[in-house]
Amino acid sequence: MPPSSVHRIRFGFTALAWLAGLMLFLPILWTVITSFKTEADAVASPPLILDFTWTTENYREVQQRSDYPLHFANSVIISLGSTALGLLIAIPAAWAMAFSPTSRTRNLLMWMLSTKMLPSVGVLIPIYLGFRKLGLLDTRIGLVGVLMLVNLPIIVWMLYAYFKEIPRDILEAARMDGASLWNEILHVLLPVAVPGIASTLLLNVILAWNESFWTLNLTAAGAAPLTAFIASYSSPEGLFYAKLSAASTMAIAPILVLGWFSQKQLVRGLTFGAVK
Amino acid sequence: MTSIQLRQVSKHFGNTEIIPPLDLEIGDGEFVVFVGPSGCGKSTLLRLIAGLEDVSSGQILIDQEDVTTTSAARRGLAMVFQSYALYPHMSVRRNIAFPLKMAGLDQAEIDRKVEQAARTLNLTDHLDRKPGQLSGGQRQRVAIGRAIVREPRGFLFDEPLSNLDAALRVNMRIELTELHQQLGTTMVYVTHDQVEAMTMADRIFVLQSGRVEQAGSPMELYNKPRNTFVAGFIGSPKMNLLVGSAAGQFGAATLGVRPEDLVVSTTEGRWQGTVGVCEQLGPESILYVHVGQLAAEPITVRVRGADQFRHGDPIYMTPVEDKLHRFDAAGSRIA
Amino acid sequence: MNGVTRRTRLAARLMVAPSVLLLLGWSILPLSLTIYFSFLDYNLLSPGTEHWIGWLNYHYFLTDPGFFDALLNTLLLVGGVLLITTTGGIALALLLDQPIWGRGIVRLLVIAPFFVMPTVSALVWKNMLMHPVNGMFSHAAQYLGLQPFDFLGSAPLLSIILIVAWQWLPFAVLILLTALQSLDSEQLQAAEMDGAGRLARFYHIILPHLARAITIVVLLQTIFLLSVFAEILVTTNGGPGTATTNVAYLVYIQSLLQFDVGSGSAGGLVAVVLANLVAIVLMRMIGKNLET
Repeated sequence: MPPSSVHRIRFGFTALAWLAGLMLFLPILWTVITSFKTEADAVASPPLILDFTWTTENYREVQQRSDYPLHFANSVIISLGSTALGLLIAIPAAWAMAFSPTSRTRNLLMWMLSTKMLPSVGVLIPIYLGFRKLGLLDTRIGLVGVLMLVNLPIIVWMLYAYFKEIPRDILEAARMDGASLWNEILHVLLPVAVPGIASTLLLNVILAWNESFWTLNLTAAGAAPLTAFIASYSSPEGLFYAKLSAASTMAIAPILVLGWFSQKQLVRGLTFGAVK
Repeated sequence: MTSIQLRQVSKHFGNTEIIPPLDLEIGDGEFVVFVGPSGCGKSTLLRLIAGLEDVSSGQILIDQEDVTTTSAARRGLAMVFQSYALYPHMSVRRNIAFPLKMAGLDQAEIDRKVEQAARTLNLTDHLDRKPGQLSGGQRQRVAIGRAIVREPRGFLFDEPLSNLDAALRVNMRIELTELHQQLGTTMVYVTHDQVEAMTMADRIFVLQSGRVEQAGSPMELYNKPRNTFVAGFIGSPKMNLLVGSAAGQFGAATLGVRPEDLVVSTTEGRWQGTVGVCEQLGPESILYVHVGQLAAEPITVRVRGADQFRHGDPIYMTPVEDKLHRFDAAGSRIA
Repeated sequence: MNGVTRRTRLAARLMVAPSVLLLLGWSILPLSLTIYFSFLDYNLLSPGTEHWIGWLNYHYFLTDPGFFDALLNTLLLVGGVLLITTTGGIALALLLDQPIWGRGIVRLLVIAPFFVMPTVSALVWKNMLMHPVNGMFSHAAQYLGLQPFDFLGSAPLLSIILIVAWQWLPFAVLILLTALQSLDSEQLQAAEMDGAGRLARFYHIILPHLARAITIVVLLQTIFLLSVFAEILVTTNGGPGTATTNVAYLVYIQSLLQFDVGSGSAGGLVAVVLANLVAIVLMRMIGKNLET
């Protein structure tokens, strides 16, 4: 094929790809742009694309609303907390399954995955009532517990897959070098597994941050993370476009950035390794 | 010093018996080699001694002490793995220091011993590098350094030279033999390469399907193989094992003749054949001779020098009578 | 099993125990309670009057016309999103696999919607895009001289399908693109040498290779799509009427809005049975991969 046609084809595909990408990204882009407008500009017709007075007043106002920082903090605590707790419980389990497999290990893993397939509505009532009785409704602890359980299968599974890739003979070498089980895990396994643990942490923090069932049903003004807080804007009184945009941008920005770095882990983790 | 004994040790994996009940004794300071084809259980046996696998039955004693239920970390043995198993996230220094750290020595002592080991193995310049930055031979040295630094009661080697190229392998063989002479520690070495076995061992155990076919010094195995398996395994090129009329002539079901124990002539001899492939190695040549009815496969002959025989030439061979090996129908040696 | 000694086996059992116990508790206890409640006439507004009524809750739940609407909506929602994400996913994956300039950035743009939390997505679409007065679509329509369309009012289920599809398209693209990139280019080159044109190469080589990934995308998405909740809560609250109520939302309404624990529990179980059927199929697929 003569080079000019190759270039033309490449140009065509590039244009098409960029078009598709921008169209998909448009809602996010529009939200970010609107977040810098005044409320008046935000509802202007015809809409102002870039030609308006850019202002950061919305961000200031949203942050000054006494509850926004609280909800942001809640999101951070709940997603980090549930993931960290999950890692603590999952690391030993994944070690055991990766390095001491039995004939039941595979079934065990499958069963763990199956608990994730349970639709949350199926247990909404008992959990809600149970939380109410235990005083866990609208508490961060309660949510940390629930989200940890919801994500535990994925955490175990991802760690298991990463551990399996570690050559077992360096662990045996550690044993021959006189290391107890604890030392073997601490000095050899964990340092070598750090990339895998980091990937697992990343993906699950993202999943917990965006979780939109339990966070909506088990919280009220106190422990609500950003998912629930934003949802409160859905009633007509809360409708200020520019401020909604600012609040939304702040809510999604950290996760967008993290997500961009975790694409590979996403594919691995959410397809349980079926696609690599 | 350290003797190792296995008493009626057996190993199952699931329903398969890898090693039927076995008795083995390794003497204090011996260099013992487990050799055999793939799947014969030699690595499994090594790992049982190391404590990395549990025995299915039987006892393992180190220095008369029953260690069958002792963990690998506490048996006082050091192991060099086929892949070296160096800790990728630690420098050479920390790799070698690791066993000392596990033993709880203080830092000054650890540093001293690591420096000493590094000097012995020519690793001083590489102490602060990571394994990923080293060549195969250097990595092997680090693995050995990590093993010797704790002055263990015994060394276990699991095919340590398999991943090295030919020239390096020869060098390392010599170094390991010297190491043994220097330290005098008991060494158990696993390999599938009978050249390594012959050159390094005080005693060789030839294994097949988890059974010890024969144990003895290299020359014992070479001169008096107990059965056709050992006879065909030890010695390179392989011993010729002839059945049929050739064997019958000498009163055996199978006749064993080493390629170097055949006298050749262009004019006369006991067996006649035609030269097939001729491999010229320099100081000697190896001929593959087709002998028609006498044997199904070509007979291998070693000849000094080159250029004497070429493809298609007729040739006469006579076996040296007192170097013949006779085996009965079951494959066992007839005295 | 190499290297597994008595010691490590004992340690292993202890180390797996916490996760197993927790997940056992999490999966069995609440579910048992749901089953128990589903046989009771139990309303939070009249506490202390719970009593056993057998299968009555199921009867009422399943014969309620709202249930059939919900079931239909669930199937339409899942089906619609699957259709859009699968075809769009294949198309975009193929596009992104071509030699294009700035592929990394385009990828980031395409991936982004997946990481936006569902409540934000829903609100942004509802107010900033689909709003019949202030939304971007309405402005675009006016620019083209058309009447603005009240998406959420006139075509509520379709609108929700669009929103959810937007969120899940990146997921499909990522997975299909990964699978596509694992296709060894030599196969395609050999086909080209054998005279296969673009379409033929797509149909005979690329599509079969993608078949597994497509199945995984479909099955995984179905599991998650059966439980779409936040988007409905934030945009239409299931309305107008029951136009956008799916099974999950219906259970929510009965449980937390009508406080009918008995009926909500029965509904919850129906949702579980529905999901289990899908899960069994998915398990078999993934099970094959755990062998690797």
